[in-house]
Amino acid sequence: MDRLLELGPEFWAAAGETLYMVALTMLFGGAGGFLLGLGLYATRRGGLLPNTVVNNLLNVVINFFRPIPFIIFIAAVQPLTRAVIGVGIGTDAAIFALSLAASFAIGRIVEQNLLTVRPGVIEAARSMGAGPWRILRTVVVPEALGPLILGYTFIVIAVIDMSAMAGLIGGGGLGYFAQLYGFRQFEPVVTWAAVLLIVVFVQVVQYVGNWLARRVLRR
Amino acid sequence: MALVTLEHVSKSYPAVGRTAEAVTAVDDVSLEIEAGDVYGIIGYSGAGKSTLVRLVNALEPATSGSIRIDGREITGLRERELRGIRLGIGMVFQQFELFDAKTVRGNVAYPLKVAGWAKADIRARVDELLAFVGLTDKAGARPDELSGGQKQRVGIARALATRPRILLADEATSALDPETTQEVLALLKRVNEDQGVTIIVITHEMDVIQSIATKVAVMDRGRVIEHGDVFDVFSSPRHPSSQRFVGTVVKGVPSPAELAVLRERHEGRIVTCSFRDGDASQARVFLDLAEAGLEFELVYGGINDIRGRAFGHLTLAVRGEGAAIDRALAAVARHTDVTEVR
Repeated sequence: MDRLLELGPEFWAAAGETLYMVALTMLFGGAGGFLLGLGLYATRRGGLLPNTVVNNLLNVVINFFRPIPFIIFIAAVQPLTRAVIGVGIGTDAAIFALSLAASFAIGRIVEQNLLTVRPGVIEAARSMGAGPWRILRTVVVPEALGPLILGYTFIVIAVIDMSAMAGLIGGGGLGYFAQLYGFRQFEPVVTWAAVLLIVVFVQVVQYVGNWLARRVLRR
Repeated sequence: MALVTLEHVSKSYPAVGRTAEAVTAVDDVSLEIEAGDVYGIIGYSGAGKSTLVRLVNALEPATSGSIRIDGREITGLRERELRGIRLGIGMVFQQFELFDAKTVRGNVAYPLKVAGWAKADIRARVDELLAFVGLTDKAGARPDELSGGQKQRVGIARALATRPRILLADEATSALDPETTQEVLALLKRVNEDQGVTIIVITHEMDVIQSIATKVAVMDRGRVIEHGDVFDVFSSPRHPSSQRFVGTVVKGVPSPAELAVLRERHEGRIVTCSFRDGDASQARVFLDLAEAGLEFELVYGGINDIRGRAFGHLTLAVRGEGAAIDRALAAVARHTDVTEVR
């Protein structure tokens, strides 16, 4: 316990790093994943902008990257990280790898949630003369907003999980803190302090997500 | 010139997968729908009715044939041009298909936004439409707070928003209870009579045809097998398939199973007389039978009313001496259709 109190400043700095990584990952990965999901949804056969080539390409890319365990992915993607960010290690490098990995997962979640929109309302919008882009923007996304919020909530929690591995490339965060000061120095109290704070984060995120979704769905 | 003209229109879907066969949903259909008509399209499910109306507003492109709306050929137009055509054709759906994420006002305003109306004009038009369908107080409600009938009234208001000349109604009352059906049909009738909107209504319900349709086409396996005035098609269908369909929706003709029961329950000979407004009177038939000294009894029947004209079928059990019955039936047959069913 004394050790934990001693490590107070490091602990809160690590918590800040986790929040920073998760927030920026959700910003970049969230946007990238949204576009991927929208693309998957719109280009599928019978979709609003059917295009077999684009659809197959998106599917292959997502299916290629998504099964790679993040702890391997973060190392494997390092050359690309270096090319884009300038460095291969550190918090920003971790955010890049996280955003990339998250956008593939988010793409699938967005696609699935958009597919819950009844084909009938899309047909109704078409019968009123609306074009595909307008329908995506003003019908499909608003109609799927409730499930989308829950899908993103699910992803935030997955990203918190993934961010614990950022320590591998010097990204910092609570995962790294727990490894370094808890596990390696035989201080279970320190490890558990990190665990508890992560649990708190997850609870808060889930609560906010549920509340937002309920507001949107009005149920 | 007809408002909607279909000439030799077909729609087929290519086979998907190796074992599947191509499906012809609409097969060589020619129809003319005049401005002001309420045109019913009837037939069993899978007959191609829904596909046919989706060809009219080009939600589905026709495979072959010509479709003209107000003289303008729409087959072969590009998607962007078709959007303009669709603004002039409203559509209502069996499952209403309201936007759940929008309020009633938002739903009705949607096609106006698509059409590029100014904000103030949209507001005024939506108010006018909600008053027309009697839902002014529900403007801020969400679809899930409405009853089925209210939802369909919103659907109708939304379909009429851009003042289309044509309204397509795809089984618009099939998801509603009988009372609500009447309410929605009355509204559609007002749309036709007060606003001069031509309505194409798909249905398998007799009620719908009886209360609002002026003309009707019967579809079977993608083809229009019979079309014309509602009264003519329903009182004397010519094609065996339309006879079968009309038989199931029109009350008055006993089914084979019912006939078997009637035969068991009643002695004597059983005959069905068909009446059509204007060409036969029931009194005349009863008189013929009575004058021949026969005993008869009404065992099954029904009289239908289509826009003030009646037709129907009465099944009678007749008892008496054989030759007398023959003579009497011959007399009856001179002024009405008689079918001996035993």
